[in-house]
Amino acid sequence: MADPAVELREVSKAFGGDRPALSKVSLQIGSGETVVLLGSSGSGKTTTLKTINRLVTPDSGEILVRGKSVGSWDPIDLRRQTGYVIQEVGLLPHLSVEDNIGLVPRLLGWTEQKRRERTLELLELVSLAPEAFAHKRPFELSGGQRQRVGVARALAADPPLLLMDEPFGALDPINRRKLQDEFRELRDRLNKTIVFVTHDVPEALRLAHRIGVMHEGKLLQLDSPRTVLERPADAFVRDLVRLDTKEAVLGS
Amino acid sequence: MEILQFFVERHDEILSKTWQHLQLVGLSMFIAIFVGVPLGLLLTRKEKLAPPLLGFANAVQTIPSLALFGFLIPIPIIGGIGMRSATIALVLYALLPILRNTYTGIRSVDPAVVEAGKGMGMTDIQRLRWIEVPLALPTVIAGVRIATVLTVGLATIASAIGAGGLGDFIFRGITMVDSRFILAGALPAAILAIALDALLGRAEKRWVMS
Ligand SMILES: Nc1ncnc2c1ncn2[C@@H]1O[C@H](COP(=O)(O)OP(=O)(O)O)[C@@H](O)[C@H]1O
Ligand SMILES: [Mg+2]
Repeated sequence: MADPAVELREVSKAFGGDRPALSKVSLQIGSGETVVLLGSSGSGKTTTLKTINRLVTPDSGEILVRGKSVGSWDPIDLRRQTGYVIQEVGLLPHLSVEDNIGLVPRLLGWTEQKRRERTLELLELVSLAPEAFAHKRPFELSGGQRQRVGVARALAADPPLLLMDEPFGALDPINRRKLQDEFRELRDRLNKTIVFVTHDVPEALRLAHRIGVMHEGKLLQLDSPRTVLERPADAFVRDLVRLDTKEAVLGS
Repeated sequence: MEILQFFVERHDEILSKTWQHLQLVGLSMFIAIFVGVPLGLLLTRKEKLAPPLLGFANAVQTIPSLALFGFLIPIPIIGGIGMRSATIALVLYALLPILRNTYTGIRSVDPAVVEAGKGMGMTDIQRLRWIEVPLALPTVIAGVRIATVLTVGLATIASAIGAGGLGDFIFRGITMVDSRFILAGALPAAILAIALDALLGRAEKRWVMS
C-alpha cells in the first residue's frame, strides 16, 4: 500500500490479566477505505481502535496516522481530526442535538453562524429533519435517532478519519439494517477513511471494504468480505463466517 | 393573639434582624461556595489530597458549634467578637457538604461520557467545563442546599459571639424567659430555611435530566 492513512506495526498491549489485550497487531488502512474489525467480545477490537486516537497507549509497536506516529501528534489535534462514534453514551445528555453536533466545531473556534449551518447540513445528511430535532435533548430521541446524531457529530469538523465502535450495537434489527444502508451510502459519498468495530458478521460483510477478523488479541485475517468467506485464513475464521451468512449476504 | 401583637409591634426590629441574619448566611455561603467548589474540583484532579481534606472538613463538623465559636474568640486577626469570626465559623461548617458533594458529584460522572469527550479532542479543562461540571451540578447544588439550611440554623448561635441576626432574639428570650422573643427569632429563621431550601430544590431539579 502506497500511503496508508492508518498503519499499525506490531502493536501489543496488556492490561494485566492472563493474556494480552493485543498481541502484535499489524495492519494498513488505505485512504478512503472502510476496514471493519470483527470479533467476539473481548477480542481486542475496542483496544485496537483506541490506540489510533491515543485513548490507549500501546506497550510496544507503532501506530501511524497519515504517516506520522501518534506519539508525535498532539493528542488533542489528533482527536479533533478523528471522528469518534461510540454506542449510546457518546452524546452529552445535558446538551441539545444541535449543541452536541456543534461541540467539536465550537472547540475549534468556529463562528456561531458557521456552526449552525454545518449542523443543519449534517442533520439533513443523516436523515433527521433539522426543525424537528435540532433542539431536542438526547433522552427525547429513539436509539436510531441518537446514533444518527452520533454519526453527525463525528462528521462535524469534516475529519478525514472516522473511528466507529459498535455504533449500531444497541439498535433493533430493522433500524440497524436501515442505518447500515445509510452508512454504506455515506461511506461511498464522503470518501472517509473508516475503522468500524462490530461483533456482528452480517454487518461486517455489508459494510466493509476489508474485514479484519480478531480473536484473543490477534488479527487473524485482513481481507475483502468475499475472500474472508471463500478463503478463510483458518478454522476459527471459517466457523465465524458460517455458510448461512454467506448465503444471506452474497445470495441477495 | 398576644404573639401576633408582639410581632406587629416589633416588626421593624424583626425585619432588620432577619435581614442581618440573611446577610450573615449569604456572606458565609458565598465564601463557602467560592472555596468549596474549586477545592472539590481540585480534589478530583489530585486524589491524594482527598482523604486528608475531607477528613479535616468532617472533623470540623463534629465540633459543637458553641465550642467552635468560643475557640475563635481569642484567636487574633480571624477571631474575636463579631461578624468576622462568626462568618469564619459558619464557612467552616458549610464547607464539608459543598466540598464532599462537589467531589463525589464529579467522581460519579459516567467515565464513558468523560472518555467520549476525550475522544472528541477536549482538553482536561474543556471536559470539566462541558461535561463533568454540568453533569455534577445537581449534586453540587444539593450540597449547597444542605449547607444553606445548616447555616441558617447555626447562624442563630453566632449571636453568642456578637454577630447579630435572629439569634439575638432567641438569646434575649432565653435570658428573659420570654417565649415571644424566642419565637420572634425562631419563626423567621425557620421560614428562611424552608424558603431557601425550596428555592435551591427547584434549581437542583431544573438540572436533573432523565
Ligand atoms: N481499561 C482496561 N483495563 C483492563 N482491561 C481492559 C481494559 N480495556 C480492555 N481490557 C481487556 O482487554 C481485552 C480486550 O478488550 P476490548 O478491546 O474492549 O475487546 P472488544 O472491544 O473486542 O470487546 C479484554 O479482555 C478486556 O477485558
Ligand atoms: Mg468493544
